[in-house]
Amino acid sequence: MIDVVVLFFLLGLLAGLARSELKLPAALYDSLSVFLMMAIGLKGGEGLAKQALAPLLPQLGMVILLGILLTLLAFALLITVGRLNRPDAAATAAHYGSVSVATFAVGVNWLMTRNIDFEPQMAVFLTIMEVPAIMVGIILARGISKQTEWGQLSHEAFLGKGVTLLLGGMAIGWAAGPEGLAPIKNVFFDGFKGALALFLLEMGLIVSRQTSELKKRGVFLLVFGLGMPLLSAVIGLGCGMMMNLSIGGLTLLATLAASASYIAVPAAIRLAVPEANPGLSLASVLGVTFPFNILVGIPLYHWLATQFTGGLFA
Amino acid sequence: MTLITEKRTLLTVITEAALEPTLLRELDRMGVKGYTVSDARGRGNRGVRDAAWDEAANIRLEVICSRQMAETVLSEWQMRYYRNYAMVAFLSEIEILRPEKF
Repeated sequence: MIDVVVLFFLLGLLAGLARSELKLPAALYDSLSVFLMMAIGLKGGEGLAKQALAPLLPQLGMVILLGILLTLLAFALLITVGRLNRPDAAATAAHYGSVSVATFAVGVNWLMTRNIDFEPQMAVFLTIMEVPAIMVGIILARGISKQTEWGQLSHEAFLGKGVTLLLGGMAIGWAAGPEGLAPIKNVFFDGFKGALALFLLEMGLIVSRQTSELKKRGVFLLVFGLGMPLLSAVIGLGCGMMMNLSIGGLTLLATLAASASYIAVPAAIRLAVPEANPGLSLASVLGVTFPFNILVGIPLYHWLATQFTGGLFA
Repeated sequence: MTLITEKRTLLTVITEAALEPTLLRELDRMGVKGYTVSDARGRGNRGVRDAAWDEAANIRLEVICSRQMAETVLSEWQMRYYRNYAMVAFLSEIEILRPEKF
């Protein structure tokens, strides 16, 4: 059975394709994304308060490497098989090496609906994986050029809206603990699914606008937009196996690896690699990969996680 | 009654919202005294920019300054941004009060 939040996405998508008048105010979309990131941060922080943090450090190193590896892999595929020019390949690779909070949120919701537990550090992984791909992508596009304003860029990457909210939420959740969070619990935790549903309605509308670019380069975007997340998910699962994650944790790490950024990366890349065509990356990320991940990917990654832990290596 | 006015130049730039922080920093660096930014939407050769979400958002940036300053800013931006960004810019002659302000 398809999750109810995903039905909202489909409604938005159909409404957009049918050119309905439906439109959510941009301020609502922004507010919902703030809410979702804060809720994910708080939930992660609450869980982290119950465990020692030092053992997590090697895992953080591993997810940074995972982000870098996925960016390099995507770049190699786009240059050789995709025959894209260098700026376009580097820009698109950066999107795929980074992560999507919305996809992660749908994954969290999928697991929660089925009462499957996952490790609290997944929220930390989400935060950390957003950044390295941006840096690698820019280096791939222009080399370590003096023209690039690295100070400015890292300020935006590390203190952007996403990282600030996720880390800030985690700090609050960690400091407050379950009892401290009790007064705001019904807004942030119980309200999570409703907010996600509305957010996905808008995502459906956004995705429906990617059709024109998709028509232009449909076959290539389709092949890469479906193939890359599958490949990334398997690599993510392998990485998660090395960390001994639970099935829920494996599913989410595979989802993170398979997901592609459409907020932090496009904004940073637009400024740092202006010659790359933003329509191309976004059509692939939003038009193909995002819908694939939330409709098919997440259940598939969960199934793969159970196969990996139960069958092959047990 | 006649108002005592002076001539200045209004530089209007319609471009991608992603550029806003960069452009404002450059204006400050070039010594512009003030500016106005508003959200905008429209259609051009880079497709519909309907401001429905961040990546499709446009801004309209207005600066009132001397002709010379406006030309300096515009020629620099033309060189730097016209090729790769959605950007439309134009100058208009306007009359202002309080000349010390601009």
